[in-house]
Amino acid sequence: MRPGILDHDYGAGTKLLFALIRLFSGHPVPDAAKLVFYRPDFYGARMKEFTQEAMRGPSAWSVADRELMAAYVSKVNECTFCVGAHSATATRAYQDGIRVAAVLADLESAPIEEPLRSTLRMLAKLTREGTLGADDMRAVLSAGASRQQAEDALAVCFAFNATDRLADAFGFEVLSPEGFDAGAKYLLKRGYR
Amino acid sequence: MRTEDKKRTARRALEDRILKGDGSTSSDQRARAFNNVGLPEPLHALLGKVATRPTQVTEADFAAAKASGLSEDQIFELVICAAVGQSTRQYDAGLAALDEAIRGKVG
Repeated sequence: MRPGILDHDYGAGTKLLFALIRLFSGHPVPDAAKLVFYRPDFYGARMKEFTQEAMRGPSAWSVADRELMAAYVSKVNECTFCVGAHSATATRAYQDGIRVAAVLADLESAPIEEPLRSTLRMLAKLTREGTLGADDMRAVLSAGASRQQAEDALAVCFAFNATDRLADAFGFEVLSPEGFDAGAKYLLKRGYR
Repeated sequence: MRTEDKKRTARRALEDRILKGDGSTSSDQRARAFNNVGLPEPLHALLGKVATRPTQVTEADFAAAKASGLSEDQIFELVICAAVGQSTRQYDAGLAALDEAIRGKVG
């Protein structure tokens, strides 16, 4: 990770925590987790709170659907780390890797429900172009998503438009499939707190 | 508190903290990074990429920012502001489009 402070400048308690996670999971602490422990009062503490609420708080979208949204937004942003992390988490949450792979390969032909497809299409446009019109949202509502579901999806999109940028700017190290799967297990058990 | 209120409250708390709280950069510098405007080189090169094409950020961009006299902690703060700023503009654009779509339906 860059700059070097993000790799090295942690207090003794945090270093011990990283060592314990390494010991029990068998994998190094992912850079995404390290980042939120660096000066948590500046960024990590509040971002974790937002992300936990967006990804695990009450919503008509399942946890799996929201993880898929995170993976899809990350794919549009071409963020290799976050696509790996959240496609692994969505796969575990759905217990269906084919569904996740199909969405990432071609949203239009993937075997998913229309409200979810329409929502992913809207998130992709917002992520790619930085803006949206009312017609884009009317399409989501007409496909059967509720207003609250559209809002919930926008919150997922906010979290990952920020996180994807930081992953690439700070150069998060891409993990092995086993490393991403270990992270997925953790995220489904413990969330983003 | 409704969960949507919680999300909006949490997002605002994040923005307030990174822009107005203590830091090794000034609030003015952080606001420029957040808004991606009025940034001198070489920060403009680094933070512009963070906002609009983050996969193109390189070691050289960080090295140039450091060579201009910024500490790693200062760069950390400004990169965070640039990333959160861009995603905030997108979130706001999405919420505005949703409001307009709902208003149109009601009216």
